[in-house]
Amino acid sequence: MVQFTLRRLGAGVVLLFAITTIAYLLLYLSGGDIARQILGQTATEETVAKKAEELGLNEPLVPRYIDWLGNALHGDFGRSWFSSQPVAETITSRLAVTLTLVVGTVLISALVSIALGVWAARKRGWVDRLIQVLSILGFAIPSFLIAILLVNVFALNLGWFQPTGYTRWSASPAGWLESVTLPIIALSIGAVAAVAQQVRGSVIDAQRQDWVRTLRSRGVRENKVIYKHVLRNAGGPALAVLALQFVGLLGGTLIVEQIFAIPGIGPLTIQSTTQGDIPIVMGVVVATGVVVVVVNLVFDLLQGFLNPKVRLS
Amino acid sequence: MSQSADVTLEVAENVGRRSHLARRMLKNPTGLFAIIVIALLILMAALAPLLTSQDPDYADIRNILASPSAEHLLGTDSAGRDVWARLVFATRYSLLGAALATFLAAAIGVTSGLIAGYYGRWFESVSAWLTSLVMALPGLVVLLAARAVIGPTLWGAMAIFGVLLAPAFYRLTHAAVMGVRNELYVDAARVAGVKDPSIIGRHILTVVRAPVIIQAAIVTLIAIAIQAGLGFIGMSDPTIPTWGGMLNDAFTKMYQQPLLLVWPASIIALASVAFALFANALRDELERSAKPKKVKGKAKAAVNAEGAAAEVHAETEAAPRDLLLEVDGLVVGYDQPDGSLTQVVNGVSLTVRKGEVHGLIGESGSGKTQTAFSILGLLPEGGRVAAGSIVFDGVELTGKSAKQMRRIQGKRISYVPQEPMSNLDPSFTIGSQLVEPMRETLGISGKEAKARALDLLAKVGLPDPEKTFRSYPHQVSGGQAQRVLIAGAISCEPDLIIADEPTTALDVTVQADILDLLRGLQQELGVAVLLVTHNFGVVADLCDRVSVMQKGRIVETGPARSIFAGPRHAYTQSLFDAILEDGAARGALSHSSDRHVNAGGAK
Amino acid sequence: MTAAEPLLEVTDLVVEYPIKGFGRKPFRALKGVSIDVKPGECVGLVGESGSGKTTLGRAVLGLAPVTEGSVKFKGREIGTISRRERRELSDDIQVVFQDPYTSLNPSLTIEQTLAEPLRVKNVSAADARKRVRTLLDQVGLPADAAQRLPREFSGGQRQRIAIARALALEPALIVCDEPVSALDLSTQARVLDLFKDIQEATGVAYLFVSHDLAVVRHLSHRVAVMYHGEIVEYGDGDKVTSDPEHPYTQRLLMAAPVADPDRQAQRRADRARMLEAQREADLQAGAA
Repeated sequence: MVQFTLRRLGAGVVLLFAITTIAYLLLYLSGGDIARQILGQTATEETVAKKAEELGLNEPLVPRYIDWLGNALHGDFGRSWFSSQPVAETITSRLAVTLTLVVGTVLISALVSIALGVWAARKRGWVDRLIQVLSILGFAIPSFLIAILLVNVFALNLGWFQPTGYTRWSASPAGWLESVTLPIIALSIGAVAAVAQQVRGSVIDAQRQDWVRTLRSRGVRENKVIYKHVLRNAGGPALAVLALQFVGLLGGTLIVEQIFAIPGIGPLTIQSTTQGDIPIVMGVVVATGVVVVVVNLVFDLLQGFLNPKVRLS
Repeated sequence: MSQSADVTLEVAENVGRRSHLARRMLKNPTGLFAIIVIALLILMAALAPLLTSQDPDYADIRNILASPSAEHLLGTDSAGRDVWARLVFATRYSLLGAALATFLAAAIGVTSGLIAGYYGRWFESVSAWLTSLVMALPGLVVLLAARAVIGPTLWGAMAIFGVLLAPAFYRLTHAAVMGVRNELYVDAARVAGVKDPSIIGRHILTVVRAPVIIQAAIVTLIAIAIQAGLGFIGMSDPTIPTWGGMLNDAFTKMYQQPLLLVWPASIIALASVAFALFANALRDELERSAKPKKVKGKAKAAVNAEGAAAEVHAETEAAPRDLLLEVDGLVVGYDQPDGSLTQVVNGVSLTVRKGEVHGLIGESGSGKTQTAFSILGLLPEGGRVAAGSIVFDGVELTGKSAKQMRRIQGKRISYVPQEPMSNLDPSFTIGSQLVEPMRETLGISGKEAKARALDLLAKVGLPDPEKTFRSYPHQVSGGQAQRVLIAGAISCEPDLIIADEPTTALDVTVQADILDLLRGLQQELGVAVLLVTHNFGVVADLCDRVSVMQKGRIVETGPARSIFAGPRHAYTQSLFDAILEDGAARGALSHSSDRHVNAGGAK
Repeated sequence: MTAAEPLLEVTDLVVEYPIKGFGRKPFRALKGVSIDVKPGECVGLVGESGSGKTTLGRAVLGLAPVTEGSVKFKGREIGTISRRERRELSDDIQVVFQDPYTSLNPSLTIEQTLAEPLRVKNVSAADARKRVRTLLDQVGLPADAAQRLPREFSGGQRQRIAIARALALEPALIVCDEPVSALDLSTQARVLDLFKDIQEATGVAYLFVSHDLAVVRHLSHRVAVMYHGEIVEYGDGDKVTSDPEHPYTQRLLMAAPVADPDRQAQRRADRARMLEAQREADLQAGAA
């Protein structure tokens, strides 16, 4: 198990290195006249040249990258070109907010989709058909569209929630809950649709396995057969789909945060890309990369926990 | 050399010719709906200039946020532009953008998937790594980063997104090719001298075609969503109308003119749902066609248990033992969607006495396993006992609920399956799978159950019970797994063991050992066994009495020795004739005779 | 007499499969196997799972990698030839596989499947169609089977189709990989008779792989017994299958139950005695 973990971790680090290298080279290579973009059209040639010098844009690309990487390994990702705030600081505080949303969504969708998937697989009939139809709708309609709908109905028309804004947990737990409820619902629907379908499929598959009949023939109670044996075996494929959903969720969160005016990395990313604030953009790429690698590692470990073949080979 | 008995074709009229998938999609209501919506959207995009007389970019500042009118069908937006005109043209750009992404993704993904899957080697490793690289970042983050560099361009963004989505096609194609590559018919084509490109085109592309179309529909819907998302956060090209751009404008004016949100939101939702339904309907149709349609008799709700009576051999024992199991007129069937019943067992009657080994022999499709499952109360989904009775130790079993049967299963009647490896839950240790039923049916403590389990493992001849107890099923051999399953079957001291082809999946030498084990245990415990098999050798080895099954009926029954000495029914006789064991050997090759025949051969 | 010269000659053949993972030793499926098949002869290859019998058949077909040793066909080395040269061999060596359900492409009609090898050899479409009719007749299937799909046929019928495909190019040798083990008892006997009839009619040679000693005995002139990647006994079919010399072949023979209660009781007792004797012999060999 230790070896398995180390191997996955090593692969993750290599992947992260590749992502940052490619991103850095592409971002700076084709960046055009960055200094001009920062200072605007009215600036003189002289000030533009001075700014370029100041940002180190005249240095060759590869040494600059090695420099950046060296600093990055110490947690220093440079400063924003516009606000001059350290990138690391700007991103960490906002990433925490985004992660709350994403982790909340993953947990809730895992629970809901297991419940729905098992229900559909066991009842079949109309329950199954209804869940199937809802799944298709939930899968098809983009999360931001659902978010807009939720804002309109529950915030504007019914007035149950604040339409936008974010309250910190430390300020008011109830207020925090209120501010994250709609975003999490909007994000969860798509994930639930995909994962519930998978749970349903793999529970149906697992139920048809020979060993289920053998367990029943030994007099094991039906609930134990389903919730202990079948569900555990169906867990692997469902987990794989959930892991895939997670990457998509990170993207969806960016837009949903924008809709609800939540101070996560979404609005930051959008603002910095429009401005061309490349240090921040680079920081966002690294941050998402790290999150994805860590989360995938967690999913791999869970997979190993569920499946002895993975764990023991 | 023609055998008419073997040449009865199992043909149903509806499978004679391949019914085309496209035609079936049009007959499927969801499929038809999806196709119509997609066609309408494409028409709207193609005929955009004909559908409106308004310029989508003309801003009438004096007439902003107007409500629908004759002049402006859907009103005007925050810059006074005609919403209907923008919607129509936005459809054109949005669909073209999505099509670009899908096309690129499919072209890259399918090609590399085919190469990697068929030839493997370094290309496969490189592709696999690139795939994990591309899939490690959310598409939206990459697109936003790209936008910082290349600026707001719809086509650029969609091209990049196409590359990002290529892994979806790659993985699909790769998996399909891997599956087909090792199919025997691909080997056969290779041996037949068919070239690689023809093999790929003929045997492999046909397999991936439909899944690729399904994936394309899904990728298109994802591209539509991401494109709308980009537009919605103001990241798309402001010079061309897009669904997302319209949504963005409408969202900022949500309080003044909520109606503005409805149009772009509905069309995005409609398009997404249409593509999702298309993919789903196609998948349904594919799955349906994958299942072979067997011939079903005309709808016959009535149960048919008529048939010639079985040949019954006289009992040879002086004092027959007491009856344990009495099956009478058993009919098992599967309910069909049209309300009819497909019968697989047509009135089986048989008896098993206490402590005897009763062989139930027949060929595939004779209904022997279905008979065994109905006694166990574990018929597969859709199957049911339609008529007849199963009396076990004086208690009628038919009509008992699954819950009531649970009290009999394991404790009174237990089961040894055919395929040892697939009958153990791969996620739990062998020990826990032995302990669990004992704790439930015998109500003993975990510690006690473990001690018993270790005893049982030693009893069935496993050399290291402790180690086997801790092992997972994939860590033991097939023969050992079968010993574990036998240990499980006797763990709760049943009166009857139903063994369904317990040695068929094993090697001959292992089979002999397992037969020895079964015989030893049966004699020691005095338990009755109903042994389902197709092998007369196994029957001769173990059974006291035999019933021969054909087409869901018992055709001959009686003491084993009596049947082996003189089979009466024509079918039993034909089975005995087909046994090769006693046949003469072919002998050495004699060239004179073979060459002689060769000269007059079919060349 | 030329017939005494072997058609197929396998000498000291070693086949290794790489094991995934860096620096791991490859799996040795065949450990130096020698066998020969004469024209018109049927050589049976018998063994249990993992014995390497299927690998040997696949190596002859060019579907398994030859690590060491040689495979000669009509005196020519074919173990290490290129894919292109291998394709040209298709009218000499053919195959019938075990599983009748996966050896035919489910989406091609029987005619398309049977015509495939013919079309590769540039036989015209009309001639190919005619040949397909002849082939179907040869294996005892009706002519209208040509337009049907594999799923409309039973296991035994599919195996007849697979035999017809193998016969299409009139090969000199057919490798038969467990061709009857997935079939019912009565179907199995009929398909075996078909193999025999075809051999007597066309003079084709078989390398016949099976796990069943009785099946091999029924059809083979000579029999080779495989165990753990090696041939442990090789010789006259009748002798090897009724009075074997090697302890493993003896175990194999005694393990198969006979369809007669009294003789099976006798065999059971004999087997127990034999196993005991072999165990003692092993112990003594170990002690010595």
